[in-house]
Amino acid sequence: MEQKLKTDFDKFISTSNFSNQEIKLKKKALDNFLKNGFPSRKLENWKFSDINQIIQKNIGDLAFYNDYSVENQINDDIFIKEIEHNKIVIVNGKVERLSFDYEEKDKINLSTLDNFNQNSNDDNSLLSLNNSFSNKIHNILVKKNYLFKKPLIIYQITNEKVRNTNINFQLNFELEENSSIKIINLSDDNSEKNFINNLFNFNLGKNSILKNYKIDKKSNTNIKYDYSSIIQKENSISETFIFSSGSHYIKNEVNCNLEGKYSSAFINGVHLLSKNKHHEIRTKTNHLYENTKSYQLIKSVINDSSKSVYQGKIYVDSKAQKTDGYQLSKALLLNEQAEFNAKPELEIYADDVKCSHGSASGNLDENSIFYLMSRGLNQTTAKELLINGFLLDVVEKITDDEIKKLLKNTIGLN
Amino acid sequence: MRDKQIEDLKDYKYGFSTDIESFKAPKGLNEEVIRFISNIKKEPDWLLQWRLKAFERLKVLKEPDWQKPKYPKIDYQDLYYYSAPKSFKEKPKNLEDLDPKLLETYKKLGIPLQEQKRLNGIAVDAVFDSVSVATTFKDTLTEKGIIFCSISEAIQKHPDLVRKYLGSVIPITDHFFATLNSAVFTDGSFVYIPPNVKCPMELSTYFRINASDTGQFERTLIIADKGSYVSYLEGCTAPMRDENQLHAANVELIALDDAEIKYSTVQNWYPGDKDGKGGIYNFVTKRGLCKGKNSKISWTQVETGSAITWKYPSCILKGDNSIGEFYSIAITNNHQKADTGTKMIHLGKNTKSKIISKGISAGKSDMTYRGLVDISKNAANSTNFTQCDSLLMGNKCGAHTVPYIKNKNSNSSIAHEATTSKISEDQLHYCQQRGLNQEEAVGLIVNGFCKEVLQQLPMEFAVEAQKLVGISLEGSVG
Repeated sequence: MEQKLKTDFDKFISTSNFSNQEIKLKKKALDNFLKNGFPSRKLENWKFSDINQIIQKNIGDLAFYNDYSVENQINDDIFIKEIEHNKIVIVNGKVERLSFDYEEKDKINLSTLDNFNQNSNDDNSLLSLNNSFSNKIHNILVKKNYLFKKPLIIYQITNEKVRNTNINFQLNFELEENSSIKIINLSDDNSEKNFINNLFNFNLGKNSILKNYKIDKKSNTNIKYDYSSIIQKENSISETFIFSSGSHYIKNEVNCNLEGKYSSAFINGVHLLSKNKHHEIRTKTNHLYENTKSYQLIKSVINDSSKSVYQGKIYVDSKAQKTDGYQLSKALLLNEQAEFNAKPELEIYADDVKCSHGSASGNLDENSIFYLMSRGLNQTTAKELLINGFLLDVVEKITDDEIKKLLKNTIGLN
Repeated sequence: MRDKQIEDLKDYKYGFSTDIESFKAPKGLNEEVIRFISNIKKEPDWLLQWRLKAFERLKVLKEPDWQKPKYPKIDYQDLYYYSAPKSFKEKPKNLEDLDPKLLETYKKLGIPLQEQKRLNGIAVDAVFDSVSVATTFKDTLTEKGIIFCSISEAIQKHPDLVRKYLGSVIPITDHFFATLNSAVFTDGSFVYIPPNVKCPMELSTYFRINASDTGQFERTLIIADKGSYVSYLEGCTAPMRDENQLHAANVELIALDDAEIKYSTVQNWYPGDKDGKGGIYNFVTKRGLCKGKNSKISWTQVETGSAITWKYPSCILKGDNSIGEFYSIAITNNHQKADTGTKMIHLGKNTKSKIISKGISAGKSDMTYRGLVDISKNAANSTNFTQCDSLLMGNKCGAHTVPYIKNKNSNSSIAHEATTSKISEDQLHYCQQRGLNQEEAVGLIVNGFCKEVLQQLPMEFAVEAQKLVGISLEGSVG
């Protein structure tokens, strides 16, 4: 694999026009990946999902070279009709369209970054891989006091041109003081057996609000890793919702640094799994300043021989007095082959805090099924009703009504 | 100088050591030393071979390093692996034969053997350093067919039982410290309860580390045969020392059909001084196997001592309908560190487990609850309930919760909850208003916080433990 990486990297650099500085950084990132390789279960974070093995088993030999010069056709049919929205269309890791038709042009600033985020930690070799192979990074800056009028939908499309390939993509958002944005990240996969590695950076200024909804519904055989880094200043709010269901394997990782007082982070997630899918959500909320708040609610419905994993960590620094942290994960195992693993973790160094977590897993409650059947429902409908209710609990947490309605339709929950 | 010494001793109630001359094996860890230990204990050849096999395995094993509390590297070649009080080279026949100095030591500890015999109705197998000095209450136990003796004696007298069960729960190929113990263990307790016998008294052993630089490698083996019941107490104090002392004991419990074992520990070893110097490393492997149907194993622990406590008393629920329980209070103060919890491994059908863990950290200490609940595919209708609460006192200490939850059976359910908080001002205010001073108020609230676990302890222990909870937190308020 090492040789393949090196030759693909050289090919990538020679066909793109990066500055010397960028090439230097990319080389460094590649070296770091070469040193560590794909994470395996030996690493604590990957204990329940050995991505090295998963890639070996499902894809085999990966190609790392991705031709960004190819023009891709975009079929307008895939766009959501129900609501007016701004678009970023990404095909096979390449940004094909950026349209902010509904916004005031002088209030946002679109650019590409010369330097990628160097502070992304060296321990995470997948971030290094992303840094070394991702194309020019787009940066979306929302200026002071500007509130986005319409949501932004990011369409992440893959088509049949790529196969057994590693796609790396990175996007940056910067929210200045008192600004706000709503993002829907929609995956539309028409490809098979690729390893898709996404990295999203969010920098939230004072009093800013980020609402981020990630939807992975379309069934596909790709393997995905999706990392969101959210850094929050005073009084900022972030809301993340993850619906993960379609891909064969996906690990959604959200790392949230609450750096300013009164900042708060909400992360909610749903796993709806069937066949032999294997999905993981890992959240890490770092309370680094006093009077911060975080809330996580993750629910899994696990069918057939699928596997759901939740790892959540609440870290409270000794400075972060008056922290309020809450975490709850629940799982329904609907089949004998289903599996649920959880590691809800608290690491606390301050005494004046209120932190708790809970985790429960099991089958549907017999009594509830019996109750519904005694009211005339058949067993299948009764079960469906209970599962819907179980999941709606999370979906109802979405604070934007328009988007909530849209997502309920998309997911098929009513 | 003398005043200073007395001052130092005040800090640790049990900080004294008797100067009985120790009989030691040469320093270092090698085949020679293992043969020496085996020889001096007149062990049969199979056990020597077993030890050597463990030693072979040890050579390839690496010391684990994933734990939260880090410690300076231990030089295993710089330790003594065997030490026995010289005057005990030949075993004493009865209590009167004991070295008077030793008896005095026990008196200071509050466990005068003769009196305890009469007053408490407890049989005490006191381990002084690594050799059992006296085993009392033999007669009553013998009548019922119960075997309660040192493991060395059991090896001589009941080799079949020992051979059958030794290492059956903690194999010699287990982790580093368990394997180290298998290679060099010196002494410990052995209990066998015959079928359908309910042990009429609480069995108890007091451990005491004495000689400087001597790692203690106890080995305890408890077997409860079909339909039997036993409650076993373990309590420990250690003298004040500057060097860190390693304690890597192995405890194996085996419960056959319908049997129940209750194992309680109060651990108050020397925790090091206020600056974190010295103190015991308590790296103990405790594991129980619910081998038979309807069997039950219950662990209760009160951990207040040691510089580093690193242990996970576990239950393997193999038999159908078996039950595993874990009740724990861990208190860390000053520079103490603890990484403790349990493993509940559900293999049989209809198995149940319950975990109640209370952690209290004060001063500059650090406490971690780490636990595993694993329900395997075949463990239908199994349930687990876990609750772990932490209490923090001051903002220089840490409290962490790291539970691993694995559910592979859809007919089983797991519930886990954890909270972290501090003593509320309101509660303190209320108590102080009623005339308690701050320290008493904290003691009262903490005792309430721990009550669920304290209730699980046998009477004699509960009183001692309650006092310990108070003593451990002295000076941590304000």
